[in-house]
Amino acid sequence: MSAVAEAPVAATADARKAGDWLLVATTILLCVWVLLPIYLLLVNALSSPDEVTGFPKRFFPSFDLGSLSFFINFAGVARALWNSVLVATLTMVLSIGFGAPAGYALSRFDFPGKGTFRFLVLMTRAFPLPLLALPLAVMFIRTGLDDTAIGLALVHTTLALPFAVLITFSLFSGIPVELEEAAWTLGCTRWQAFRKVILPLALPGIAASAVFAFTISWNEVFAAAVLTIENRTLTAFLLQSLGESPLYLKFAGGAALVVPALLFIFAVRKYLFAMWGIANR
Amino acid sequence: MNSKALPYLLLMPATLFLCVFFLYPFALVAFEAVTRDGAFTLDNFRTMAGSWKFPVTVRNTLLLAAIVVPIQLAMALLMASVVSQLESGRSAALYIFAIPLGISDLAAGLIWLAIFDQSGFLNTLLSSLGVVDRPIMFLGYQSKLTIFVAVALAEIWRATAIMMVILVAGMGLIPKEYHEAAEVFGAGPWKRFVCITLPLLRPSLQTAIILRVILAFEVFAVVAALGGTNLPVLMGETYNWQFTLQDRNVAAASALLILAISIGFTLFFLRVLRVPKEARI
Repeated sequence: MSAVAEAPVAATADARKAGDWLLVATTILLCVWVLLPIYLLLVNALSSPDEVTGFPKRFFPSFDLGSLSFFINFAGVARALWNSVLVATLTMVLSIGFGAPAGYALSRFDFPGKGTFRFLVLMTRAFPLPLLALPLAVMFIRTGLDDTAIGLALVHTTLALPFAVLITFSLFSGIPVELEEAAWTLGCTRWQAFRKVILPLALPGIAASAVFAFTISWNEVFAAAVLTIENRTLTAFLLQSLGESPLYLKFAGGAALVVPALLFIFAVRKYLFAMWGIANR
Repeated sequence: MNSKALPYLLLMPATLFLCVFFLYPFALVAFEAVTRDGAFTLDNFRTMAGSWKFPVTVRNTLLLAAIVVPIQLAMALLMASVVSQLESGRSAALYIFAIPLGISDLAAGLIWLAIFDQSGFLNTLLSSLGVVDRPIMFLGYQSKLTIFVAVALAEIWRATAIMMVILVAGMGLIPKEYHEAAEVFGAGPWKRFVCITLPLLRPSLQTAIILRVILAFEVFAVVAALGGTNLPVLMGETYNWQFTLQDRNVAAASALLILAISIGFTLFFLRVLRVPKEARI
């Protein structure tokens, strides 16, 4: 009697167990799909030039720094790296400097024109923004901004600013307005209340969106290639030397692009979903 | 300070910035596309469409989007479902799945070059398994199909994360009670996914698809790294018109075409996946 009653229970337990195994297997498979290609690039970057161009390949790195040192000493690379960092830092400062006040205003005030502004910000996402570098190239030549870090940073800021606005908007919305009001009743001015109460709470999130802005600029290829000639960023340098550069230079350059990106994403991992979640509406 | 003016003051820098670096260049690119030496003309579009490469370019770009986006949507849904089911290791899995989000399209192209190159890892694997005697040239000018497959794989690898993150955020908004109620009434996991998750996920699906489709028309550096000029795409041709052929009016016409296609698809998906106001959660 009891065996009959237990059978369906055992069957569901079995099904659940099988489901769990399937889940774990799928997760592992997906992780391998993401990680394996990166690993293979790093194997190449950490092998000697002869091994990179040779065949067959080994699936483990020989930890020979030949490719990397060739890359670092290659004419123009050190400067391109420096330019990338410079442009990305400027982009970060500009997009947070312009975006955070706007995000704060959107979260704390109701005013005519709010909808229009949000529409303008959301509209930027329906456009392939790097294309706007083409007309700007001419404008920059007239104003002397051509081939400068600040000129490129301005274009990268159009990419990063909408995110900075939306992210800081959600951050400030998450901080109760009552905290600010309490500070006012205790005699703080609006600015003091912001600086002493709100800013410390919002700072980690603002830092995350700053890192995000940095990453956007660090990774951007098209506008960088269009707008820089002498002062090329790392992406522009690698793109324009694709035709003639040897394989080991490409792979070492790829690794130089990827490794910082891994760290950036790790640094902002807690905020990724909050960022994209609010970008939904 | 008068608190009526404050929000406008806070919004001013971002608004001015977007006007100068987003709306103005947008108008400028439209203007350059329909003029030549100051006179109105449609010659730029004729020159663009008259190039022998043009039909191939449009076909490649649209075909790539049509193949890549549905696969990515399915993978992103799978990743998001897996993540929402996981009990332990959830945040680690999320981080790993999100990694490609921070990786430049150029770096993604180089990563897959390490695999598909003639002396790359795929050939090493195939020859050690005895499938081929000599390394195959996957990315030569005669092997358009394998170039296309390599570019599609690199795109799927790189840009699934962006959809996954949006969908995970969207799934987090669906109340757990709905699933529990469905389970009580005997709905299996698949039924719950189709009848509850998918319909309620529609706003996120809409955002994810629009964003991804726009990015798909911007495909550029991945193709440059893997195919060179063997697989012409719209963005690459725009770059060519600007630099190799030094004709910025035609480049502007080409940019305008990409903008038009992007806006067209955005409107299409806004309409098809429209969510009635009262059906939102």
